[in-house]
Amino acid sequence: MILIYAESPDGQLKKVALEAVTYGAKLASAMGTTCAALTIGTVADAGSLGKYGAGKVYNIAGEDVDNQNIAKAVADVAEKIGAEVVVMPFTSTGKSIQGRVAAILNAGVVSGVSALPDLSNGFVVRKPVFSGKAFADTKITSEKKVLSLMGNAIPLEELGAAVDVETIDIDLAPCKVKRLSVEKQAGGIPLPEAELVVSGGRGLKGPENWNVLLELAEALGASTACSRPVADMDWRPHHEHVGQTGIAIRPNLYIAMGISGAIQHLAGVNNSKTIVVINKDPEAPFFKAADYGVVGDLFEVVPKLTEAVKRLKA
Amino acid sequence: MKLLVCISQTPDTTANISFKDNNTAFNPDGVQFIMNPYDEWYALVRALELKEAVGQGTVTILNVGPATNDVVIRKGLAIGADDAVRIDTEATSANYVAKQIAEYAKDKGYDAIFFGKETIDFNGAIVPSMVAEYLDLPFVSLAQHMDVNGNTATLKRDIEGGVEVLSVDFPFVLSAAKGLAEQRIPNMKGIMMSRRKPLNVVAAVDVPNTVEVVHFETPPAKSAVKLIDPDNMDELVNLLHNEAKVI
Ligand SMILES: Cc1cc2nc3c(=O)[nH]c(=O)nc-3n(C[C@H](O)[C@H](O)[C@H](O)COP(=O)(O)OP(=O)(O)OC[C@H]3O[C@@H](n4cnc5c(N)ncnc54)[C@H](O)[C@@H]3O)c2cc1C
Repeated sequence: MILIYAESPDGQLKKVALEAVTYGAKLASAMGTTCAALTIGTVADAGSLGKYGAGKVYNIAGEDVDNQNIAKAVADVAEKIGAEVVVMPFTSTGKSIQGRVAAILNAGVVSGVSALPDLSNGFVVRKPVFSGKAFADTKITSEKKVLSLMGNAIPLEELGAAVDVETIDIDLAPCKVKRLSVEKQAGGIPLPEAELVVSGGRGLKGPENWNVLLELAEALGASTACSRPVADMDWRPHHEHVGQTGIAIRPNLYIAMGISGAIQHLAGVNNSKTIVVINKDPEAPFFKAADYGVVGDLFEVVPKLTEAVKRLKA
Repeated sequence: MKLLVCISQTPDTTANISFKDNNTAFNPDGVQFIMNPYDEWYALVRALELKEAVGQGTVTILNVGPATNDVVIRKGLAIGADDAVRIDTEATSANYVAKQIAEYAKDKGYDAIFFGKETIDFNGAIVPSMVAEYLDLPFVSLAQHMDVNGNTATLKRDIEGGVEVLSVDFPFVLSAAKGLAEQRIPNMKGIMMSRRKPLNVVAAVDVPNTVEVVHFETPPAKSAVKLIDPDNMDELVNLLHNEAKVI
């Protein structure tokens, strides 16, 4: 049995939670077993997890959660249904609970996995390491296993039909960490989940010039990112900072403008499927990591690109 | 305030990553090693600030690793930690390291244990929550701001699409993200003093390993970039639509 923790902040299932269900379903079929998804609290449309491959969907009532009581609940359910593998998204929540769940279950854990395990010689699973500069195929030898899945690592697939949600009777322990409030960012898909990303560097010269980037992002429906100096100078909010010391992303399309392509920047973005680089310096290192390149002044090139995107969409 | 800051050693961010022994082990030849940036810039400095604000206490650095890590540990002492402990063993997996830390810390009565949010080599983000579990302590990950009022800390943490504001009573475990503090550069006095600060070496406990890297691989080299005429953005859009199929 495989258990997937389908994280649902604010009662909404995350895309990477759906991906984790598809991943769990495929792993279950490779292992000759079935998979179940677990949700906690009131979740809109939890039964739809069946469509992405969950044979069963369990729910635990209770809204008051912190990483300690979630981890305990996930581990309890894993014990109850006899799960050999627990899968969860590698998100801010996953990072808070994966170690706890593994500790409770006495399970080997690999975080941020990017592919299905190879079962031909034990249980070997691939994850990016050295901030995307390499991959590590990691063998888990314990009986129970915990995996957390990177966003956008596997495509979502409809593998079944919606199922009824079963309530599972587990009491959540009182929270020791209290949530006071959440400050939501305005608009846009959160970067780790975004399939299209437009990113700007110091070449934009100042925050007042960001419109040229934002207009392209809007035409594409893309999320926005930036290089580290841009966030350090407060030209853009720091949650947009991608790279080795920012967040690592792997969108389908990453468009970089006015970014030189320093090794620390590349580390966070080089797993993107397609990379477009716009830079006026033909020697910029980023071109070596790019699929498509435009050598030119971004202030001239990008508005033309925005117009061309609009023509495609029209 | 009695604070513990767990640090690790990682390859420098500019290091070229290669492997040896038939791609089963990291090749350290020619690689410069540093203190993991999240540990140094944010976790350690915020712990020092907290001790300074309270006006008394100690900041102890803990590293699980061999004697070659002492250079990086001394740097932490030069930045301002009071003393250091090195658990003398190779850090072979997240669980192995977490068990060592928990075993050492369990009866020391730390008010808080600080980590960086992840290491820049294995990018695991596993050890902090494991230690929290082994010590039965509350945990806040990805903390980018902390205010302390008496026995309660109010923290902000980065979540997808926003920032969460949380409160927790001491003692607790924290993992630090960008914003929690500003990097401190060790000064001459700090470097001189660091030589005389205690660095205690303790033996490791036995922990079986249940995960092991069997093979490393570097991503395949990209084929040469396709350059597009800056006056022909319709062509770029066309390629993205029909060739790369991403828009
Ligand atoms: C420990 C460490 C960690 C780091 N972590 C990160 C990280 O996580 N993320 C990160 O991004 N960086 C990181 N860095 C910093 C990194 O080394 C680079 O300094 C940084 O990425 C450079 O940012 P940039 O490309 O925006 O700026 P620059 O290097 O200044 O590049 C600007 C580019 O814009 C181009 N340009 C200028 N004007 C125009 C124009 N009109 N049209 C087109 N192109 C133009 C220039 O040709 C140049 O290539 C880290 C550094 C260290 C030491």
